[in-house]
Amino acid sequence: MNWTETLRTALEAVRAHRLRSILTMLGIVIGVSSVILTVGLGQGAQNKVKDEIAALGSNLLIVSPGSSTSSAGVRGGFGSATTLTTSDAEAIADKSVVPDVAAVAPTTSTSLSLTAGTSNWTTSVVGTTPTWPSVRARTLESGRFFTQSEVEHAANVIVLGSDTASELFSVGSPVGQTVSADGRTLTVIGVLKSSGSSNSGTSNDDTALVPLSTEEALAGTSSGSLATIYVQGKSADTLGAAYDEIDSLLLNLHGITSSSDADFSISSQDSLLDTANSTNKTLTVLLGGIAAISLLVGGIGVMNIMLVSVTERIREIGLRKALGATPRVIRRQFLVEASMLGLLGGVVGVLIGIVGAQVLPSMINQPVAVSVLATFAAILVSLALGIGFGVYPASRAARLTPIDALRSV
Amino acid sequence: MSTPVIDIRGVTKVYATGALEVAALREVDLSIAGGEYVAIVGPSGSGKSTLMHILGCLDVPTEGEYLLGGEDVAHMSENELAAVRNRQIGFCFQQFNLLASMTAWRNVELPLVYAGVHRAERRERARVALERVGLADRADHLPGELSGGQQQRVAVARALVTEPSLILADEPTGNLDSASTADVLDLFDELSAAGRTIVLITHEHDVAARARRQVHIRDGQVAEDSALAGTGEVRA
Repeated sequence: MNWTETLRTALEAVRAHRLRSILTMLGIVIGVSSVILTVGLGQGAQNKVKDEIAALGSNLLIVSPGSSTSSAGVRGGFGSATTLTTSDAEAIADKSVVPDVAAVAPTTSTSLSLTAGTSNWTTSVVGTTPTWPSVRARTLESGRFFTQSEVEHAANVIVLGSDTASELFSVGSPVGQTVSADGRTLTVIGVLKSSGSSNSGTSNDDTALVPLSTEEALAGTSSGSLATIYVQGKSADTLGAAYDEIDSLLLNLHGITSSSDADFSISSQDSLLDTANSTNKTLTVLLGGIAAISLLVGGIGVMNIMLVSVTERIREIGLRKALGATPRVIRRQFLVEASMLGLLGGVVGVLIGIVGAQVLPSMINQPVAVSVLATFAAILVSLALGIGFGVYPASRAARLTPIDALRSV
Repeated sequence: MSTPVIDIRGVTKVYATGALEVAALREVDLSIAGGEYVAIVGPSGSGKSTLMHILGCLDVPTEGEYLLGGEDVAHMSENELAAVRNRQIGFCFQQFNLLASMTAWRNVELPLVYAGVHRAERRERARVALERVGLADRADHLPGELSGGQQQRVAVARALVTEPSLILADEPTGNLDSASTADVLDLFDELSAAGRTIVLITHEHDVAARARRQVHIRDGQVAEDSALAGTGEVRA
């Protein structure tokens, strides 16, 4: 009996017991589609984070105040958010000290209520310098960014994020209009181009930018402390060098001898990506593991049904043996039938997974990236499950003696 | 004379059920020549089913020799027996044993599938066999759409399709009404007249009477053989 005949016989058997075959496959279908979806969700989340981190700017280093080892123990002493100052930022911008840095954008941040006419909107108001758009890879939709002299004179100007602009000014161009914040009247000089939502779910567009000095006046602080210093390296190759230069410079300026005592931390986009990915990976492995278990349960379902099938078709097996089927041919027939159930279940599961990957993102607001590798792996695994769990029922069928099989009614 | 189709000598079959050993057949000698139409008759428990299993190469004797068409089949492996069954023996069963999900011609071609015959040839030979039993127009029907007599005729066609040296029918009329019984027995008469070797196992004497030779089995032994008792019927 050749393979074509074996396949045809198996297909006929699968078709003859349609409902049972579908129920048998169901376990595999559910297992495969959940593997595809969980792996897809993990992959989608990773891609999203990667895009967001890339959108921060290119060759970016982010210097934050506070202790990088604060999670390992209590490190009291300073107000941990006030260890970076404008003089740190100026030092980093000094080309003679830190040659591998292209641009520096110090930032401070306060949450403020902005009012324009009758509408008001509370947003994070960021104080910074004119280098900010180029460091953060942002462009303006309309108007202009503020200048160095406006920073020096604490000019009452403001650049709005696109969401903030539309919240405050529902009609007409905001440029040239005024908003008031904390008793000050600020002239809108520009609106940022939209860049989408950030990792934490808050919008990069729900913000407003003012000169650093203006922000200090608005927040009522004049300590010169900074929230974050964004540093753009000259190139990806020299980013490591820039990191070391900033690290030793700041340790020096802060009078700290051991880098483990540093009161600041520097992260790169790569390190941010690693942190985000490790969280995502844990989740993906966990969910994928659960899905894999359900796939295994599906495989056991195939074995269960195949055993029932062997018992139920004992006369058929006896007849086939009487007509000249060898034990090997019988074994192969049942094995092919089991693998066919596995394979069909895998293919249907993949189809459902792909459809789910199209439908799910709009329901849970999470991207799902169907991985080609996971898809093929899932199909192969379900085929292997069919074969693996078909071996025992098939050899039971093969071992039946024809007279025993024919005798039973 | 040419070699007999069936030649068994001193065949004993012992079944061990727990500590108890039951001899279903004891030192049976039987020789059947080509073209014979033999009925093996006996009450239930006589050992005729065991004899049928051994004749059909579905089981091997505990002791004794069995030459089927000159081939020693008493000591064959399971795989070799499967090949012998496929090539040499056409089976008819009381329950017909047709596969319900396959059409008549697919059932008939089944032995040829295991023989590795090509599809086109299989189809043609199945058609010829169905024609032979008068069911060419029912080739595409499922067994469930056929009467009992028709189903048994399909089974006979399946037994014929490999051109076996022996047709072995186990109570072929046990599940049929009298009209269908007559139908099937007429078919056996025709096949016998055409030179086929037929061994029919039955417990019904009027069915056995249709055969030209009757072998009575009792208590695991040949009690009576019309060929030996009779006047001049040729033995090999």
